Amino acid sequence: MDEQGWKNFNGGNWQNEIDVRNFIQTNYTPYEGSEEFLSPATERTEALMKKLNHLFDLEREFGGVLDIDTQTVSSLTSYNPGYLDKEKEIIVGLQTDRPLKRGVNPFGGLNMTRKACEAYGYKLSDKVEKEFQYRTTHNEGVFRVYNDDIKAARHCGIITGLPDAYGRGRIIGDYRRVALYGVDRLIEEKKKDKRLVSAQNMDTEHIRLLEELYQQITFLGYLKEMASLYGCDISNPAENAKEAVQWLYFGYLGSIKEQNGAAMSLGRVSTFLDIYFERDLKSGFLTEQKVQEILDDFVMKLRMARHLRTPEYNELFAGDPMWITESIGGMGEDGRTLVTKSSYRILHTLYNLGSAAEPNLTILWSEKLPQNFKRFAAKVSCDTDAIQYENDDIMRPKFGDDYAIACCVSAMRVGKDMQFFGARANLAKLLLMSLNGGRDEKSGQQVAPTHAPYEGEYLDYDKVVQGMDIYREWLAKTYVSAMNMIHYMHDKYAYEKTQMALHDTSVHRFMAFGIAGMSVLADSLSAIKYAKVKCIRDETGLIKDFEISGNYPAFGNDDDRVDSIAQEQVKLFFEELKKNATYRDAEHTLSILTITSNVVYGKKTGATPDGRKAGEPFAPGANPMHNREKNGALASLNSVAKLSYDICKDGISNTFSIIPQALGHEDEERYRNLVSILNGYFMQKAHHINVNVLNKETLMEAYENPDKYPNLTIRVSGYAVNFHKLSKQQQLEVISRTFHEVM
Amino acid sequence: MKGKIHSFQSLGAVDGPGLRYVVFMQGCTLRCAYCHNPDTWSTSGEEYTADEVLAKILRYKPYFAENGGVTVSGGEPLMQWQFVSELFQKLHAEGIHTALDTAGIGDMEGARAVLRHTDLVLCDLKFSTAEDYLGYCRGNMNTVLTFLKLTEEMRVPLWIRHVVVPKLNDSEAYILKITALSNQFSNLQKLELLPFKKMCMTKYEELGIPFPLCDYEECSDSAIQNLYQLIESQKQKQWLC
Repeated sequence: MDEQGWKNFNGGNWQNEIDVRNFIQTNYTPYEGSEEFLSPATERTEALMKKLNHLFDLEREFGGVLDIDTQTVSSLTSYNPGYLDKEKEIIVGLQTDRPLKRGVNPFGGLNMTRKACEAYGYKLSDKVEKEFQYRTTHNEGVFRVYNDDIKAARHCGIITGLPDAYGRGRIIGDYRRVALYGVDRLIEEKKKDKRLVSAQNMDTEHIRLLEELYQQITFLGYLKEMASLYGCDISNPAENAKEAVQWLYFGYLGSIKEQNGAAMSLGRVSTFLDIYFERDLKSGFLTEQKVQEILDDFVMKLRMARHLRTPEYNELFAGDPMWITESIGGMGEDGRTLVTKSSYRILHTLYNLGSAAEPNLTILWSEKLPQNFKRFAAKVSCDTDAIQYENDDIMRPKFGDDYAIACCVSAMRVGKDMQFFGARANLAKLLLMSLNGGRDEKSGQQVAPTHAPYEGEYLDYDKVVQGMDIYREWLAKTYVSAMNMIHYMHDKYAYEKTQMALHDTSVHRFMAFGIAGMSVLADSLSAIKYAKVKCIRDETGLIKDFEISGNYPAFGNDDDRVDSIAQEQVKLFFEELKKNATYRDAEHTLSILTITSNVVYGKKTGATPDGRKAGEPFAPGANPMHNREKNGALASLNSVAKLSYDICKDGISNTFSIIPQALGHEDEERYRNLVSILNGYFMQKAHHINVNVLNKETLMEAYENPDKYPNLTIRVSGYAVNFHKLSKQQQLEVISRTFHEVM
Repeated sequence: MKGKIHSFQSLGAVDGPGLRYVVFMQGCTLRCAYCHNPDTWSTSGEEYTADEVLAKILRYKPYFAENGGVTVSGGEPLMQWQFVSELFQKLHAEGIHTALDTAGIGDMEGARAVLRHTDLVLCDLKFSTAEDYLGYCRGNMNTVLTFLKLTEEMRVPLWIRHVVVPKLNDSEAYILKITALSNQFSNLQKLELLPFKKMCMTKYEELGIPFPLCDYEECSDSAIQNLYQLIESQKQKQWLC
């Protein structure tokens, strides 16, 4: 029991065991008022941000990477402490010894690290090469076991973006535990768990868990060492709000030093931290201005987080993302809102520091959220385009009220669930492959098992879906096998020691599958069913193109004829995945989520029966295809809302762009209307929406003259991105995406 | 009764209060110089029963909140007053707010039937004199004024809208005249000035019809704000007198 750290907190079960949720529930102060109390940026914050913006400019000028330390393998204690400005900083800690300098992290894959260094004019040092000469990376492990089917599926792009060459990410450590309990207590609890596991029968699962616990305990020790380099002793609970933010950040920092996972999300920290802020405000130790300053400084640190990636990776995931997702708001199971003043404060950083893509601020929306907060969120959307919304009312029944979002849309109970992330299967390509008897429509190569290709000139709906059944089974089996291998090897060679130390020892695992090309598939099948689609074959008999005559209902018009096809196809694929057993008995989940990888998926897919030409981008996430929505934006939302979250428990992402003039004549009207859109959409059990309120003209101008809009943030499916970190092709694709305008 | 409908817009945020489902009716007798929906002039369009349209609209009820609803626009909705009246009646039975976006041109008994189930009239006054009205819209302004009187008599809240075309009808005197004309109706709730935009040019090109105002410039948002200020200051003056 800690005297100072826990002083004036209400007691509860959280004191007896690791139970952050109970601490929040017994101590937080819901806030239903307006944003009036917020403080502007202080002079200190502005000066520091100016310095940071200058570094961001330099980074951009240097082609996206400011500097790389090729000599040192990134880990918790491998760098000397680094600072943005040692005198002025409130929250300290950098990934390497200098701001924006990137470390190398070859545990996921040495090749990826080498290529990334070379792409930016560096060479991975002999020292690191040597160190890894006798080490197996995750990437090597995976390729030792991949079979021919997986390699072929991967090569042709029917399964893409598998985390087999870099850290898998999507794991959220409960960083709050560091602040609330201090590291010594966490070590003590893990040792207790280890003794309990030791007493079990020594089967594979228990032996593995024992070794993992050993590693977790070791890395908690490193975490303390890392903090001590910065002059902080995090053995004990944080004693004030500044320490709470600092301790929590150390937990996060340790994790991103150790892991270069695809998405390294923050969790749900603002309401937790609010308890500390309230305590210090009450005692007169802090003022509102000081509280905001601490949070501004924290967010500045988050904006400096970087991983070293290859340009190909950036092409797939668009920009240079970290997905430092922070989940804000939502409702508690007891009916009180989880919105606190700090929910406002963290959103307010977008004004104090300027709009930015990271951290990925995510509002957990409930019909019951306080009106003031809804309005404020809508205002922030209109002003910054930097936030996304997810439906708390459908997630809370599944995950309780202390879950957070990893990456863009993946919900997990903080510290209790983890997931095995797994990219996505291209369902539009599945359709083409089944028409072609298992051959890749682009190369003509046999990828899947051979069956008779589709015969006849015109496509018949029943025959086409029967053909898909055969190949869906193959695809699901191949996909699950790949995922099992990847996560087996990741656990073996690149286990997340720090992050898993900040989870319960007995953790629930999800295996998160995904699909791409959903709307292309739905429209293609709709065209086959309601219009006439003629096959065009090349000289080898490969179906390469289609001729469509007549009209067909397209996904995105709230038309059940096609929306039901989308629903059915998603369900069929999920059912098929579930037939295949997963590594560590993980629970199968599915997402309909693509970031801007919809561009890459499109490139790898031939012409489709919906009239899409070969190579043309897919719509992102669960979005309808561009310019096929004929009934306006809400019809499009209604179509997406029909997709079942019960099936797609890993999330259904939707990106919505609208020009401000189409949302109302004046500001307050726009906020009100945006709130109505969000309410209406989520009342229909929709899961997620990105909101962009901006002009097509602005984007065109930013495309032509990047200098004019250096910090233009836009939301693509699931996360915000700096417009200039997108490739020119991605920029054009974003611009061509339907903007909802009015006549 | 079937209605000929041009199209549906599920997200209308600028055609009446709140979020609105907008039904664009087919057919109009006017030929306003700045019309942005020339594709709704002809009277041939896809036909729907009121029940079919109602079923579509009900899907959007979750978005309407306290102040949203349905706006029937066009084309000129009064040309199909029987259909619109039936649709509005059904919408009222569902508790949905109804707005009629009209030029006020049509059969007055038909209009009366529609207004019985109308919660708000949005009427574009267009021009301030019968001469201009005939010249630029090829219509009779007296009909519009008669219609507006009818809305007053039936106590249907009224928003008068005016499309501001630079150098055509944007002078201070013109705007004040429109304001005065509007103010004579006791049911007036709002006078909306809408900036002239040329987004409709492509529609004219597709239809092969010349766009009469192609040489005029678009109206800026700041010009609209200035005109609102003008109206406001005029109001203040009247108060002082």
